[in-house]
This record gives sequence, C-alpha cells and structure tokens, in this order.
Amino acid sequence: MTAQRWLVSLKTIVLYVLLLVFLTPFLIIIMNSFKTTEQFVDNPLSLPQGLTLDNYTSAWDSMNFWDGFMNSLTITVLSVLVILLFSSMTGYLFVRFKWRVNGWLFFAMLASLALPFQVLMIPLVMLYGNLGLLDSKAILIFMYAGFGVPFGVFTFHGFIKGIPYELEESAFMEGSSRVHTFFRIVLPLLKPVFVTLIVLDVLWIWNDYLLPSLVLLSPDYRTLPLSTYNFFSSYSVDFSPLMAGLIMTIIPVLVMYLFLQKQIIKGITEGALK
Amino acid sequence: MTRKQWMRNTGIFLLFGGPSVIAFMAVVVIPFVVGLYLTFTNWDVNTGDSSLVGLANYKQVWLDTVFWQQLWFTLRYVFCTVVLANVAAFFIALALTGGRRGEQWLRTGFFTPNLIGGIVLGYLWQTLFSQVLPYLGEKYGWSLFATSWLTDTDKAFWALVIVTAWQLIGYLMIIYIAGFAGVPGDILEAANMDGASRMAIIRKIMLPLTVPAIVICIFVSLSRSFLTYDINLALTKGGPFNSTELATYHIVQKAFLSNEYGVGQAEAVVLFAVVAIVALTQSYLLKRLEVES
Repeated sequence: MTAQRWLVSLKTIVLYVLLLVFLTPFLIIIMNSFKTTEQFVDNPLSLPQGLTLDNYTSAWDSMNFWDGFMNSLTITVLSVLVILLFSSMTGYLFVRFKWRVNGWLFFAMLASLALPFQVLMIPLVMLYGNLGLLDSKAILIFMYAGFGVPFGVFTFHGFIKGIPYELEESAFMEGSSRVHTFFRIVLPLLKPVFVTLIVLDVLWIWNDYLLPSLVLLSPDYRTLPLSTYNFFSSYSVDFSPLMAGLIMTIIPVLVMYLFLQKQIIKGITEGALK
Repeated sequence: MTRKQWMRNTGIFLLFGGPSVIAFMAVVVIPFVVGLYLTFTNWDVNTGDSSLVGLANYKQVWLDTVFWQQLWFTLRYVFCTVVLANVAAFFIALALTGGRRGEQWLRTGFFTPNLIGGIVLGYLWQTLFSQVLPYLGEKYGWSLFATSWLTDTDKAFWALVIVTAWQLIGYLMIIYIAGFAGVPGDILEAANMDGASRMAIIRKIMLPLTVPAIVICIFVSLSRSFLTYDINLALTKGGPFNSTELATYHIVQKAFLSNEYGVGQAEAVVLFAVVAIVALTQSYLLKRLEVES
C-alpha cells in the first residue's frame, strides 16, 4: 500500500472513532438500561450481566408506552395526511388560478413561515380554551394542519409551477373534471414533494412537545414525548427503567431511519435549502 | 364573467382552497392578530377582565429585569451554540465530502441525534451529566466532573450549549455537504496542481464558495436555538434557582403558570423581534461575502 492510501485509511479510522465518541451518550444509556439501578449507580460503565428486560417491562407499564405510542402514531399519521391533501390542492389552486385573492393568501402564507410558534401559543391556548376546544386529539390534528399547510403550499406551489399545463388540457378535452384531473394527472407527479414533506412533517410532529403539552390535558391522550416527560417527573430516582423508557421511545424513529435513510437525508436537504 | 362561471370558480376555490384557508386562518392568522391585541390588554383567566391598558404590558416587560437577564442569557447561549455547532458541522462535512466508501454510513451516524426530540435527548443527557460524569470525576479525580454540571449555573449553561449543538450538528452537516457538492471540481483540481495547501484551499476556495450554505446554516441554527424549549425543560428545568431559563421557558412560565397572558405575549413579541433582527442582520452581512464561482 502506498503512503497516500495509508493516510486515507487512517483518516477513515479516525472518523469512525470520532463517530463512536459522538454516539457514546446513546451507548452508555443502552448499556445501563440492562442493569439494575444499584448496578448503575455503583458503576455506570460496567457491562451488564446478562440481557434482562425487566427495566423494559417496568417502563412499558409505568409510562403506558403502548397508549403513548398509539396516540403519537394516530396524531402524526392523520396530521401528515391532512397537511398533504390540503396543501397539494391549495398549491395547485394558487398556481393554476391567478386570482387576486389567491395572490394575497399565498403571500400571507409565505409571510407566516417567519412566525415562531412562541408568538402564537398564548392566544391559541386562550382562544381554544375559551371555546372549550382543548383536550382533544382532533383539535391538535387541526392545529398541526394550520401550522403545516403554509410550508406545504409553498413547496407544492414551487413544484407544480414546473408541470406543463398541456397534460391537464388534454384531459379536459376528454371531458375530465377539474377534481378528477387533479387526482388522476397532477397528484401522481407530485411524489418527490410528498416524500420531502412526509419526512419533515413526521419528524416535527412525532417529536413535538410544547404544542401537545398545551393542548392534550388528559393522561389518556398523552403522546410519547408527553409520557416521557411525565415518567421522568414522577420516577426521578429509579434510573434504570427511565433509561429503558428513553431507549424504547427512540426505537420507533430509529427503525424508520434504518429503512428510509436515503429519503430522510434527501428530504432534510431539500427542506433546508428552500 | 358570467354568473355560471363565477359559481364554478367559487366552487373550485372552496374545494381546493377552503380547508387550507380555514385551518390557516383559525390556527395562525386569528391567533396572531388576537395575540397582538392581547399585549394591549390586562387579560386575566380568573377574573375574565380584559380592558385595554395601552402599553402597560410592554412597560412591564421593559421593567422586568428577570426577563432581560434571561434574554441576555439566551443571547449568550445562542451565540455559543451557533459557533460550536457550525464549526463542528463544517469540518465534519468537509471530512465527509471526498467520495470515499463508507461516507454514507458516517453521515447517517452523525445525523442520528437530529431525529430524536429535545425531551428525550434532554433526559438522556441529564442522566449523563447528573450520574455518569460525576462518577468519572470521582473515580479518576477529575475536578471538572466532580459535581453534577447541572447544579452550577455556568456549567449548566455549557451543558445546554453542548446538548443543543450536539443535536444540530448532523442537520447542519447535511446542508454543508450539499453546499460543498456545489463547489466545481476543476477549481479544486487546479488549486491542487498549483500546490495549494489544504488550509489555503479551505480558506480561499471552500469558504467563499459555500457562503450560501453558511448563511442557511447560521440562520437555521440561530432560529432553532433562540426558540429552544424542550432541551431546556428536560435538561435543567430552568435550574439551579431559575438561573438557566431560556426566553421561551420564561414565557411559558409567565403565561401558563403565573397566568399573566398579556405580559407573556408582549415578551413573546419582543423575543420574535430580537430573533428577526439578529437573523436578518446576519443574512445581510454574510450575503455580501458571496462570490460567483
């Protein structure tokens, strides 16, 4: 091997070591989630003796993991579907119909992208609280739709602009209606935008804490971030089940990441460069 | 336009735009307007009183020394996080842009913390800072880790910076890699042929040609760290003695614990103004450094 090739391999090894250090926090927590709390306090760096799942079963029960998981799943899936449907249709409307009202609405949506959630949360809670609409998963999904639609419309708008109108025209000639044409001809072409938006919106909604903490008040409605918070606030010294709880919360996202790595990285890149 | 056509167009508008517009209005536009109005009232949950008080809330924000202390704390935190995360992400991205085998795996690995929410990451690091590091400090006599970082204001500050940067690095790395991909290969080759050193290539070629990526990354890291809440809540919970409350944390407490909606909202508006000014200024200043390749 030449000196240069050696240098390249050395660099790769250094990078892998760096990555290992970077991910050490995960490794330490995973390792200790298989030990008892006494063993952890005694020496957090000792290897676990055997693979006991006691901490996992105890965390599963104490944090109502299954309920939290199902709540997170329902809310994320439904919110993302609603955002995709609403914003693709509206993006299409804004591109194909240059009415003045559409121009204003599009401008308002673009401007709203600059608004942080912090400016909206207090009036939001106040208004919906006054109307007695808080503490409902449906309202939370509706709110995610409201927050997610502007970026969705913006992204679809940019993409639909590049689709030639002739495709739709020939469909109209054959007597296809506007709605039918949109779903049959335009929607299938939007697949790359769907992937980008699904990635960004799933990660945002799945991990969000602040909005659900303000909207979902009943313990039964808790999403995973809320049950994690609750678990840590009420079991603050029994470390081992807490660590198992963290790992269990991380696993669903990690599994998704393993399967959709490429799409996720691509989605993130495209979302950031917009 | 005929009446029939007008009806048809209205139908199309309601069908394609109706649901989006209703959600957007009900969740973003109306709360925004009500929020601005709220800052001029003394709205109280318990009494239901909501008379106009002019600029009294803003005056109260102005006089609230705790808020300004925390805003200053937030600014320092944002500055350190942005610098640390961007420098680290820039060099990691640089090391991972060479077309070697295995790069994809390394990128995947460095990106992982970004997939996980602030609450989970915050508790994960809380366990490390309060249990694991003090153990090491005791065992090996490292005074740096002798006590938990989270019980000391200055060290808790750095704990917040490290955890936020750790989460951001993977995200920024992806943007930097995309930026480096735009640097034309022939320029780099020419520089190599002329015997330019590695440092010179980075300084004279990579940096100027990736200014757009740098602008995006600084913008993203600025706005994200300015608005940090989850990590703050899970890692330090504002402690010790409320000394590590970032701006958002303070606003949430003010509004939903002390029920001072008007003042809390006025503080949120001030925070928004600060973020906007800082983010726009940096974009404006850095964009002037942009060059064509």
